[in-house]
Amino acid sequence: MTAATISRGRRHKRVRSPFHRAMVTGLVFGIIAVYLAVVGILPMIHERAIIVDLLTMAQTALLAIGLGAGAYLARGERHHSIATIVLNGLIAGAVAGGLLALLVVAMNSIDLRSIFISLSPATSDMLTLELGLGVAVPLLVVAGAVLGVLGVLLAISTPSVRKPVLVGCMAVLFFGVFQELIQIMMQFNDAIGAVRDVLYTWEGLTPEGAAIIFIIATGASLLVTRMQVRSAASGTTSWWQSRNGQFAKAGIAMLVLILLPILAGSYIGQVLMLVGLYILMGMGLNLEVGLAGLLDLGFVAFFAVGAYTTALLTADSPHALAAFTAIPHMSFWMAMPIAVLISVMVGVLFGIPVLGVRGDYLAVATMGLGEIVRVVVQSDAAAPLLAGAQGILQIPKPRIGGFELADPVALFFLTLVCAGFAAYCAWRLESSRLGRAWMAVRDDEDVAQALGINLVKVKLLAYGLGAAFAGLSGSIFAVMLTSVYPSSFQLLVSINVLALIIVGGMGSLPGVIVGSLALVGLPELLREFGEYRYLFYGVALIVMMRIRPEGLWPSATRRRELHDFAGDLELEEPPPAVVAEVAAHAEHRPGE
Amino acid sequence: MADVAAGRSLIPRLSTLSRFTFVDVILWALRIGVTIVVVGGTIGTLYKGRYVATQWFDLVMFGLTLGSVYALIALGYTMVYGVLRLINFAHGDIMMTGAFSGYFIASALDYSGFLNSNPILAMGAILAVAVATSTTIAVLTERFAYRPFRHVRGLAPLICAIGVSFFLEQTFRGLFGPSIHSYPDPKWEAKPIVLYNFSAPGAETPIPPLTVPTVDVVVIALAIVAMLVLYTIIQKTRMGTAMRAVSEDTDAAAMMGIDVNKVVVFTFALGGAMAGIAGVFYAFVFKQVYFFMGFQPGIKAFGAAVLGGIGSIPGAMLGGFFLGVVESVGPALFLDGIGIPAPYQLRDLIAFTLLIMVLIFRPHGILGERMAKKRA
Repeated sequence: MTAATISRGRRHKRVRSPFHRAMVTGLVFGIIAVYLAVVGILPMIHERAIIVDLLTMAQTALLAIGLGAGAYLARGERHHSIATIVLNGLIAGAVAGGLLALLVVAMNSIDLRSIFISLSPATSDMLTLELGLGVAVPLLVVAGAVLGVLGVLLAISTPSVRKPVLVGCMAVLFFGVFQELIQIMMQFNDAIGAVRDVLYTWEGLTPEGAAIIFIIATGASLLVTRMQVRSAASGTTSWWQSRNGQFAKAGIAMLVLILLPILAGSYIGQVLMLVGLYILMGMGLNLEVGLAGLLDLGFVAFFAVGAYTTALLTADSPHALAAFTAIPHMSFWMAMPIAVLISVMVGVLFGIPVLGVRGDYLAVATMGLGEIVRVVVQSDAAAPLLAGAQGILQIPKPRIGGFELADPVALFFLTLVCAGFAAYCAWRLESSRLGRAWMAVRDDEDVAQALGINLVKVKLLAYGLGAAFAGLSGSIFAVMLTSVYPSSFQLLVSINVLALIIVGGMGSLPGVIVGSLALVGLPELLREFGEYRYLFYGVALIVMMRIRPEGLWPSATRRRELHDFAGDLELEEPPPAVVAEVAAHAEHRPGE
Repeated sequence: MADVAAGRSLIPRLSTLSRFTFVDVILWALRIGVTIVVVGGTIGTLYKGRYVATQWFDLVMFGLTLGSVYALIALGYTMVYGVLRLINFAHGDIMMTGAFSGYFIASALDYSGFLNSNPILAMGAILAVAVATSTTIAVLTERFAYRPFRHVRGLAPLICAIGVSFFLEQTFRGLFGPSIHSYPDPKWEAKPIVLYNFSAPGAETPIPPLTVPTVDVVVIALAIVAMLVLYTIIQKTRMGTAMRAVSEDTDAAAMMGIDVNKVVVFTFALGGAMAGIAGVFYAFVFKQVYFFMGFQPGIKAFGAAVLGGIGSIPGAMLGGFFLGVVESVGPALFLDGIGIPAPYQLRDLIAFTLLIMVLIFRPHGILGERMAKKRA
């Protein structure tokens, strides 16, 4: 305690201007805006309109940055007077806008394009709104200041105002960003098609459409808030939170998954299928990383094994095993279990040498193993068997009776069934004896061993079972593409899977699904972002680790762990608010 | 503490004697298999005699060049690991940032002709800018990405480091484009240094003389100078002493009044500077710069750091040179002999196999005194 006081005292010695925080916030948000522009994200999303001829995605992003600067500032300064906070917001916004203005000036006075490829005249036009420097520079500063103030006002307004406004904006954003998708889905019926004509043109929302969506969403949000308040007052829990409600929710999610690709066509089918494949892989890696704590960066190798086994067993190419061995051509249904089995074997084989390697070293060792697999598959030395860089072509699509699963939607259903089955297995494994043993190993290997857990068996099972999921995924991947190339099995896939389970929540099954939808589905839908998806992954990994290490949808155990940990820290000297809260809880409990 | 460690290492040794499990069988098979490939391949290659002595010499020289780059990068890994017990996964990408900034200076100087008229000054300028950039980025990474995880156990710091690596790569991709930029060719590189002339000038059938590419000599020499400077800094200066103290025992060092934060920043700065130099050299040797270039040398240099014994500075240098030579000579020496077609495609295979073998069988490396399992 004394040490903390001393350091706090020292920190306070430096006299800071009252606007220090506003300046820093403005600088940070301004740097974000400049970064987005220089890296090329803003110029890219400028092509896409949210509201036709009124607002592009890039402008929306800049607006959000300005508002965000104000809102962030207001959050930490509740105890100041409103005038001070508003003034701070004004300063932060102006600083952020000023940085952008500086960028514009720099772009127009020095030739930066020969180094920074995104700083083209088009980018300059985007930032200046083609108004010329003399108007644009003050405009950027003023706009920033106004947005900062608006952000502050939004943040300090009462929730009953803030929430509906935010929901309305989000709804407009959602309908604008996913306009292509929504429009395709709205085409199937004439009546809905008429609605579409009002809301949309082919480039984006019409201004009227945006207004309609905003009003509806705001109204709905107001209604829901009012109902929630009423139910909270009467003390009844909503039906949705009951057990039946939970099942109903899951049922609705299932129905959406089945109907969505049928309604939205093959493009969505393709995207969802990819999501499904990553869910499969994610569940596999989740067993290794999430449950057993074995950080495996060579995971892609098992995916490759599944894909290559399927290809070698089923393809109509000279590289297929049937072409030069006694093994007959197989159908996909025969090859898939074999592929899974071989993946398991490879998984165990991979696991054995790295059994004694722990922590960070394990990550690097497995990454090395994964890279070895890729190098070997790509090389000429293995080309007679694995076809080298040319890949194995002409893998037939799976058939059921006379029906060929050629359509992405049909293949999506195949993936869905497999993922469902795998999810069931993973779910059962989680709370099984083995699952608990994994968690014990994750938390402390030495203690787990001392408690009689056979480390070798448990770890190898984690590698093997994890590999099984990846092998299944690879097998479907091979028939999806009808060809396999070594270039599909880069380290990036491993990182991708790792990122999605971390974003979703380590050790959590629903987390895997959320993570794949967010990291695989979203970039696939926002096709322009494809180029920047790995940038997004990197940022997601850092931010998740810092802000929400338990993930978007954490598992119950992990939530409890982190919660307990936080509780431990507070134990020493609980602030009065916490004490009061705990007391209130204690009073409530008998009444329940 | 020492007794516990000794006891720990004793117990598995006894149990291996009493119970020889299938895992041990497979591990031994792995050792024996790799040994057979290495020995058999070497004998096969030498027996075939496809390579002459000058070719071996070229391979070794190239290996030393590559190795000096690895060694410079490995120093960054090893210093950061020593102080923070963190694998700075993004260190290879910090090298890339140095290479990129050096490239822009080099191409500007090439355009103005300065690169050829004043090669030494130009090299100095390129190195200075590269070092400045990579040091800045290394320090910034530490401040914003690693410092919040200073006291976090488990996988979070490593995962964050992977995120940083991606962030740096993709940022540079966005800034400078995904294409491969080709590095300018200064004139002094064109003529190799002749070490020994086998035949008298004007002979009828001249035997090709023993030569070394000038780049190799420059890179190796400058890298050794850089390493010597670094070693002096660490051994002789106050800050270097503080750094060694922190890597010995952080808490005790803090109690002796050492500002650990300052030391960590200093470590990252030194590592970043070495990575910047490595980036310039790597670009000079391979003549290309692109956003993903840091990944592979980064991983290999980590292998080199582990090979030498992570935390040990001479170890990192030794490991780097060793890895470079093995990677360069290996395909010809080990793989050609057992009749593998196109062995040079498998260069990375040799490096990664070495990396994995070290991680599995000798995680404390050649010179490492610290137990590698300490962090786990």
